[in-house]
Amino acid sequence: MAQNLKVNGKDVTVEAEPGTPLLWVLREKLGLLGTKFGCGQGMCGACTVHIDGAAVRSCLMPVAAVSGEVTTIEGLSSDNSHPVQRAWIEADAPQCGYCQSGQIMACAAMLKARPQPTDADISAAMTNLCRCGTYGRIRKAVKLAIDLNSEEKA
Amino acid sequence: MKTDQETNNPVGLSRRFFVQSGAATVAGLVLGFHLPANPMRRAEAFAATGPTEGKAPQAAKLNTWLRIAPDGLITIYVAKSEMGQGIFTAMPMLIAEELEADWSRIQVEPAPSDAEFNYTGAPFEITGGSTSVRSTWEILQRIGATARHMLIAAAAKQWGVPAESCRAERGQIVHAASGRKAGFGELTAAAAALPADAIPKEPKLKAPSEYKLVGKPMKRLDTPAKVSGKPLFGIDVVVPEMRYAAVRHSPVFGGECSNFEALAKGMPAGTSLVKVTGGIVVVADSWFTAKTAAAGLDAKWTKGATTGLSSKDIEKKLRTAAGGKKLPVAASKGEPDKVLRTAKVKVEAEYSTPFLAHTPMEPLNCTAHVRPDGIELWVGTQSHTLTKMLVSMATKVPQEQVIVHTTYLGGGFGRRAENDVMLQAIEASKAVGKPVKLIWSREEDVQHDFYRPASLVKMRAGLGADGLPVAFTASIASPSIMQRWTMFGGLPKSGIDMTTIEGLADMKYECPNQHIAAAVVDTGVPVGFWRSVGSSHNAFYVESFIDELAHAAKQDPYKYRRALLEKSHPRFVKVLDTVARMAKWETPPAEGRHRGIAIAESFGSIVAEVAEVSVSADGQPTVHKVWVAVDCGRYVNPDTVIAQMESGVVYGLSAALRGQITLRNGRVEQSNFHDYTMLAPHEMPEVAVEIVESGEAPGGVGEPGTPPIAPAVTNALFAATGKRIRTLPISSHKLTGGKKS
Ligand code: FES
Ligand code: FES
Repeated sequence: MAQNLKVNGKDVTVEAEPGTPLLWVLREKLGLLGTKFGCGQGMCGACTVHIDGAAVRSCLMPVAAVSGEVTTIEGLSSDNSHPVQRAWIEADAPQCGYCQSGQIMACAAMLKARPQPTDADISAAMTNLCRCGTYGRIRKAVKLAIDLNSEEKA
Repeated sequence: MKTDQETNNPVGLSRRFFVQSGAATVAGLVLGFHLPANPMRRAEAFAATGPTEGKAPQAAKLNTWLRIAPDGLITIYVAKSEMGQGIFTAMPMLIAEELEADWSRIQVEPAPSDAEFNYTGAPFEITGGSTSVRSTWEILQRIGATARHMLIAAAAKQWGVPAESCRAERGQIVHAASGRKAGFGELTAAAAALPADAIPKEPKLKAPSEYKLVGKPMKRLDTPAKVSGKPLFGIDVVVPEMRYAAVRHSPVFGGECSNFEALAKGMPAGTSLVKVTGGIVVVADSWFTAKTAAAGLDAKWTKGATTGLSSKDIEKKLRTAAGGKKLPVAASKGEPDKVLRTAKVKVEAEYSTPFLAHTPMEPLNCTAHVRPDGIELWVGTQSHTLTKMLVSMATKVPQEQVIVHTTYLGGGFGRRAENDVMLQAIEASKAVGKPVKLIWSREEDVQHDFYRPASLVKMRAGLGADGLPVAFTASIASPSIMQRWTMFGGLPKSGIDMTTIEGLADMKYECPNQHIAAAVVDTGVPVGFWRSVGSSHNAFYVESFIDELAHAAKQDPYKYRRALLEKSHPRFVKVLDTVARMAKWETPPAEGRHRGIAIAESFGSIVAEVAEVSVSADGQPTVHKVWVAVDCGRYVNPDTVIAQMESGVVYGLSAALRGQITLRNGRVEQSNFHDYTMLAPHEMPEVAVEIVESGEAPGGVGEPGTPPIAPAVTNALFAATGKRIRTLPISSHKLTGGKKS
């Protein structure tokens, strides 16, 4: 069945069963491989993308139910210039790197909604799991991202 | 939207181009070396067989480590797997140091998985045992130094000056007297044309005091790619005409699908069912279709090795075995039994730990293409050339016809040393005649791992008048990991699996009378290497028990340990003192907080940790802070050492708090991250790491951070509640609200 989506600013039509999770449509039909599969049950956040700017775990989102514009890590920037990516590089956060697309997307969505998040906001937004245990560096990266983001706005 | 060919090229593919460009000219200076086929050759000299200008490494049959292009870009080929441990940065640092390269002009590529690229000259290369830096340090230095000497020789010849008057500096050769300079890139052609005798056999290496990169904190080379969403991992591989596959394993270990033929006939159009080792695989045009179809099959299974078995039965088996007389002896000295009979204070305890799954964040996967001319694999593997060997053995396809492209690994932790998923992907591709990407669901991963073995140990100690132990015995029972790994020698005649006793039989605490025995118990549950292997449980056993002894002797746990190490193990004492200072051990913690300490040596590194905990009124433990002191000898990238300690702590803490794989009726009860959990961000303690400088031989860093954390936490919980935790995970105990400090 044809599904119409807007992904990273482009209108696309893909052939997929309506119940197919957005994750697999992005990865297999659109070749956007930055969004990762970790648990398939909404528990780890490796598959986090934005729908209309809000963080969504795409492994549980049926493609037919997607109503807004989808942004993936590839759509954040083409050259790592997004403040969250710059912060992640500065903090040298990734280890294996597998969870990091999702972590970055979660942080980017948070900053969009709350450019000056409180610690409680950060805890509420940054719930993605990391098996390599990079949480300490992610925390550092989030703080840096807040600064870089507000500098960019200023 | 069209998928972009460029961005769809995972690392494996660009390397493939390189290897297959044998006929084309590879410009620049390519350095290859033959290593003598002796696995122990680490410290021996090896001869450089010279530049291979114009030839791709494959054609030259050399292990090519280094390529300097005419534009000065340096490519370093690494025959180790990057799984987060930072090896794609550390190994290039060692080469760049000796080469005097401009660090900003370095790029890394995974080396082809050909035996020529094995560092050690062993028949295969693996990434495990925290060995990468340890086993290659000197080799890499020599590669860098050889290239430097050649570039200097080339420049000196061009300028008509003595080589001694030139030096290398940040990617250039400099002749100070005349002020002449030439970039490495400009010199590659001349260097490659040097006669063979211009290649130094014993290049002079830098003294550590001259190091500019090694020992300094460096940013990881792979970070930019990892924050951009680039397709780096095995799961991201795309090859033309590829099909997707999902597996369903026999729910009990060792069972087989008994109604395969009937199921295969009823498959919907566009899908096919293949019987593979351990289960059945559905191949379809998308992974979700394959997975949904696999889940919907009414598969019947035969009995297997674990049919009817439950965790309680396993525990009983282990207890009986550990209590056995006449067990194989791992270490023994003095007369512990006799001394124990007369000891005034005796301490006896039984400890145990459960099976654990690895759950790397990237689910297991492999893309295989079986063709008449051979097998091509794309996979994130820790086994590198071993994969090739095992695939060749299993399929009877000669190794020369097996190509393995190693991608980045979304975590390994020992799980990706195994080759089960590769063989299944091969079986599926062979059956459908197309390339197949097989991805395991998280549920299949949790339920079909090669688990950290469950084990149980009985320990006894007698204390002397000064409270220090005069006798210590331990008998441990565990399934054997090595039994299955015949390539590594299997289970030796002695009946002692080294991985069962590491960190126990070689315990460093002073004690004149000791007896350590170990029994192998078969359970039918597959077991394998889990980050820090035997030390993952033995540090918990030894460090908890030593804490019990300190308590029985009414002595401070830090000072007690120190007294037992003081005489013969100065490095341990220094590490212990460092962590005690960091944690301000002598100063009581804040109200409601409690501390525990532990120290363990593994993989050539000594790590001590102090954990600070509190227990809520309803018995919930919280780990607030962890201090880590590590002596890993000489190290390459201190930032990586710190990151690996943090990582090791989190990995061990996840296991200590809630990690367990249990069996019921032969099946694993856990299935995903809701019941096999890992530490969540809000549970992350503050972790402070300090490196203790010893200048000793380099030790590993990927694993040694893990062993001490469980006992540091349980010892702290003892301080908090008076309850001694002798079985993990902590969540299986009811803690009573914390006492006041
Ligand atoms: S894969 Fe979507 S939350 Fe884990
Ligand atoms: S960096 Fe490996 S899972 Fe997060």
